[in-house]
Amino acid sequence: MSGAAATDPHRLGRSSGHRHAASEHAAGGLHAKRIITGYGFWIFLLSDIIMFSGFFAAYAVLSGNTADGPSGKDLFDLRNVAIETACLLFSSFTCGIGGIGAHTRRGLWFYGAMTVTFLFGAAFLALEIHEFADLVARGAGPTRSAFLSAFFTLVGCHGLHVTAGLLWLLTMMAQVFAKGYRADILRRILCFSLFWHALDIIWVALFTVVYLMGAGQ
Amino acid sequence: MLGKLSWDAIPYDQPIPMAASSVVALVIIGVLGWVTVKGYVPYLWKEWITSVDHKRIGVMYCFLALVMLLRGFSDAIMMRSQQALAFRSPGYLPPEHYDQIFSAHGTLMIFFVAMPFVIGLMNFAVPLQLGARDVAFPTLNSVGFWLTATGALLVNVSLVVGEFARTGWLPYPPLSELQYSPGVGVDYYLWALEISGVGTLISGVNLVTTVLKIHAPGMTYMRMPMFCWTTLAANLLIVAAFPILTATLAMLLLDRYLGFHFFTNEAGGNMMMFMNLIWAWGHPEVYILILPAFGVFSEVVSTFARKPLFGYRSMVMATMVICLLSFTVWLHHFFTMGAGADVNAIFGIMSMIIAVPTGVKVFNWLFTLYGGRIEFSTPLLWSLGFMVTFVVGGMTGVLLAVPPADFVLHNSLFLVAHFHNVIIGGVLFGAFAGYNYWFPKAFGFRLHEGLGKAAFWCWLVGFYVAFMPLYVLGLMGMTRRMQHYDVPAWHPWLLVAAFGAAIITVAIGLQVAQLVVSIRRREELRDLTGDPWNGRSLEWATPSPPPAFNYAVLPTIEGEEAYWDIKQRAFERLQLRDEPEYREIEMPKNSPTGFVCAFFASFMGFALIWHIWWLVGVAAFGAFATFVVFAWRDEDEYIIPADEVARIDRANRASRRAVLEQMRTAAR
Amino acid sequence: MPAEPAGPPRRALVLLAPLALAACQPAVLDPQGSVGIAEKTILIDSLAIMLAIVVPTVAATFGFAWWFRASNTRARYMPHFGYSGALELLVWSVPLLTILLLGGVAWIGSHDLDPAKPLPSSAPPLEVQGVSLDWKWLFIYPDQGVASVNELVIPAGIPVHFSLTSASVMNAFFIPQLGSMIYTMNGMTSQLNLVADNPGEFLGLSSHYSGDGFSDMHFDVRAVPAARFEDWVNATRGKGESLDPGTYTSLARQSIDVRPFTYREVDPQLYQMIVTQKLPPGPGPETGQPDRTVSPRTEK
Repeated sequence: MSGAAATDPHRLGRSSGHRHAASEHAAGGLHAKRIITGYGFWIFLLSDIIMFSGFFAAYAVLSGNTADGPSGKDLFDLRNVAIETACLLFSSFTCGIGGIGAHTRRGLWFYGAMTVTFLFGAAFLALEIHEFADLVARGAGPTRSAFLSAFFTLVGCHGLHVTAGLLWLLTMMAQVFAKGYRADILRRILCFSLFWHALDIIWVALFTVVYLMGAGQ
Repeated sequence: MLGKLSWDAIPYDQPIPMAASSVVALVIIGVLGWVTVKGYVPYLWKEWITSVDHKRIGVMYCFLALVMLLRGFSDAIMMRSQQALAFRSPGYLPPEHYDQIFSAHGTLMIFFVAMPFVIGLMNFAVPLQLGARDVAFPTLNSVGFWLTATGALLVNVSLVVGEFARTGWLPYPPLSELQYSPGVGVDYYLWALEISGVGTLISGVNLVTTVLKIHAPGMTYMRMPMFCWTTLAANLLIVAAFPILTATLAMLLLDRYLGFHFFTNEAGGNMMMFMNLIWAWGHPEVYILILPAFGVFSEVVSTFARKPLFGYRSMVMATMVICLLSFTVWLHHFFTMGAGADVNAIFGIMSMIIAVPTGVKVFNWLFTLYGGRIEFSTPLLWSLGFMVTFVVGGMTGVLLAVPPADFVLHNSLFLVAHFHNVIIGGVLFGAFAGYNYWFPKAFGFRLHEGLGKAAFWCWLVGFYVAFMPLYVLGLMGMTRRMQHYDVPAWHPWLLVAAFGAAIITVAIGLQVAQLVVSIRRREELRDLTGDPWNGRSLEWATPSPPPAFNYAVLPTIEGEEAYWDIKQRAFERLQLRDEPEYREIEMPKNSPTGFVCAFFASFMGFALIWHIWWLVGVAAFGAFATFVVFAWRDEDEYIIPADEVARIDRANRASRRAVLEQMRTAAR
Repeated sequence: MPAEPAGPPRRALVLLAPLALAACQPAVLDPQGSVGIAEKTILIDSLAIMLAIVVPTVAATFGFAWWFRASNTRARYMPHFGYSGALELLVWSVPLLTILLLGGVAWIGSHDLDPAKPLPSSAPPLEVQGVSLDWKWLFIYPDQGVASVNELVIPAGIPVHFSLTSASVMNAFFIPQLGSMIYTMNGMTSQLNLVADNPGEFLGLSSHYSGDGFSDMHFDVRAVPAARFEDWVNATRGKGESLDPGTYTSLARQSIDVRPFTYREVDPQLYQMIVTQKLPPGPGPETGQPDRTVSPRTEK
């Protein structure tokens, strides 16, 4: 635009020239697709984390509203929670190994590590369900007080994510079994690993804010 | 077996909903019958319902919005006529019906008219403007659309089966809690929005990824058209704000379904938290709607003023500043909660600060007009109408952001007038401008200009006649959502407002006529050039309607006004660029996943509303199975051979060459 | 085709609006107490500040659009005019300066007119405890020991301090001619200070939608000379029921379009019992039908 230079000699209004020419295959090609899928999934994960932050905010607001019922200090069993944490963190590690196994197409590593991931995830879930059942049995169910509503929702929402993750993991293993290490399946495994790690991040926040701070009060 | 559902759920004894729903049912059956008899079903299924083409999905979003606009507007007519009649009289709508109408009106207009309209325009135009072959996640895009349609369906089903919420478009607890709203109305609202909210989120993730990652070569961020920038900002807001809505509504659902105590009066619930959370979504939502409209106006004003957009970088900066600030002002929706002077003042001032980048935008459009050679086409009329109307709405908005002024105007008809002023004058005018602007691109023929202009004038005049009286009524202390009233001074103003609504009815009639007439006279209105408006951005480089792959060869972008630059070069040399080497193109295959998934989601939502638990399980399993089947398919792409690509592109080049020939003849 | 950007009907309306405003005295613009007067002043001032840029902007839109129409050969076409540093400075600084000014108004106004801030007066304020019920207003005069429903009698010239709560769902307490509104919420007290400068009768209403009976949730406000207020209190003490937890519970049931009436005496702890939820929140809709979950008809 020759005329623009006249009214805008320093090109403040509009940029000029090549910055970085994008690849010719901007919307195609396997490599680009993997990046785009991962990128999009990251954005989804951010939105999921924002949803959790909504539940965290509710928990922070309501954590004192026990309606003369039990508080976190009366209820939380840190030993149980520590085991849960260990299960989840270890499953994340094995999930990473499974991901490497998939990308290097080593069936033993993939199936083995993913099975371990599943088992630890299931153990986490079993412990959580046990904790919930125990609380309900002690009369500290979610309907008891606003604090317990927020607690069950926040922790339960994470638990639902873990459940969905386990279902997804089984589906992925079945897919690899049926279809092999296809590019689109590898992309999904990448997304699954991202998802599983994100659940860890949320759990760390949850463990700190709910259990450690709650039991310490 | 059927949960709470029984024959009592159908309001036989209420003539208005029964008559309305029978008409709707007749229309639906008529259309379905006609489509079947004419043998259009396979075409619709193959080309539209299962389509994963962003252009088709964009068009379907806009179509959904237009249909829901008719429904939402008939609610508006009922409200205006009720208030016109209900002076010292019960009017013709009893409270329990009237309350559903204003709740449904707000819900429909925001979630199923404004949202799909702007998302549709973004879906349609943005990949074209970026020089992309498709969006980042085509199949998910289809899922997103169909889930939005599910939400709209559920809201409309509530007309016949059961009831809709009687809580206003935002169900403030404790009124929306089970104790005070025991019916299924609030459940319809909640599940419709949870399901369509997932659709919106999918669409947001898809468009953010598309704008940030998929560009033609040389299309750097600072060369993207303004509409792409506003799309990016709006979708970032969707990604950041809609999860908050999902979480908040989930909490209310838990309160209602499982006896939790998030927002109840009892057991430590906190209703003020609902207001904070819902507006932490709700205020960004306002900008999710208006930013794409700003983008449309930027495109339209620049095109029809025959000038580049003034202060492009300023506009980009203003857009992103609005995007950020929109999360810092939510408290101005409840200054009257008694938060204290400091809090109120800070949020008041933050709200005013948003007016700065918005003001900058208005001035920049103004200076885009300055020195132009303005052609008063329908899209430009909508833009001018917007510029005048929106500054008035913005002004009353800033007025409401002054806490002491809000103390006397909050929840009054002044507030109602204000947000209609910005939503109709901003979002809807923007959507109509975009609809008239991109219609020829989508279908290959223009919309009728005369009827379009007539519709514009009726809308503009109707808007002022309908809503200026509401400002006055607000100053007279009339509060919103009144089913009847006894104050004589209010009555004449409400009659004027009802008359305004009648003018808008004419406007909408003209719009329907415009569409029908345009389709019937499509051969007269045919645009063969692909560039009917002498456009500046890349979408005008493709034929109209664009082929599935958008661009035969991805264009290389060398400036900010991608197509204008290409055209200028062609005019200088009086010839097109050399014919490129055509290659085969891979495109994603159509997939019924979105439709099938929404089919199950509709049943799941309905079953959840009526506590039909077995159906919830079946539908949830169906949705999961749909995804597994989708994941199992072996071929997700099909190939368009190079010959076919060449054939399509050569036709396009021929039409452009014809334009050049005309230029050359004219130059002699 | 160059179309005219301004429609004649709108212009006519803009001209008519101020006339009409003056003719019917909108409540918010006709305040009868110092709070309302101050709020009206802020309203008008803010509007004036903004009109100073809004009017030129609207005029410029019409002007530019008309002058630069394609058919006007006298207008200079500047096809490359896309940036000007001076204009950029202008477009950012004009709104910024306006907002600076207006922000000052908002800051000072928010503090001066904080609803919880006591009003300056030599006389001690009258205490009134207000409760929003489904769908009527209860006003308790703790110092006088009487109460009224859907009727608020206050002495003119003496500030009134309201403590406000809700028995069930949210409402907002609002007397347009006296000024500020404020939400009422169950389990909480909102503070509000208002004054009526002169005797008069005003409309009071709920300005937050609260359900099917909402439209009838208005009340009469009578500001009377101080001596007459004493008379009213004395007269009220001589008639009507006594308001205690029992009568309150029946009052808290949902009812629509309640005529004003008074209570001769009030349990002094009643308001506290409502706020602290010792008296449980009002019940929701009562239905005569077996299944109330189905349709609005059954909730009558």
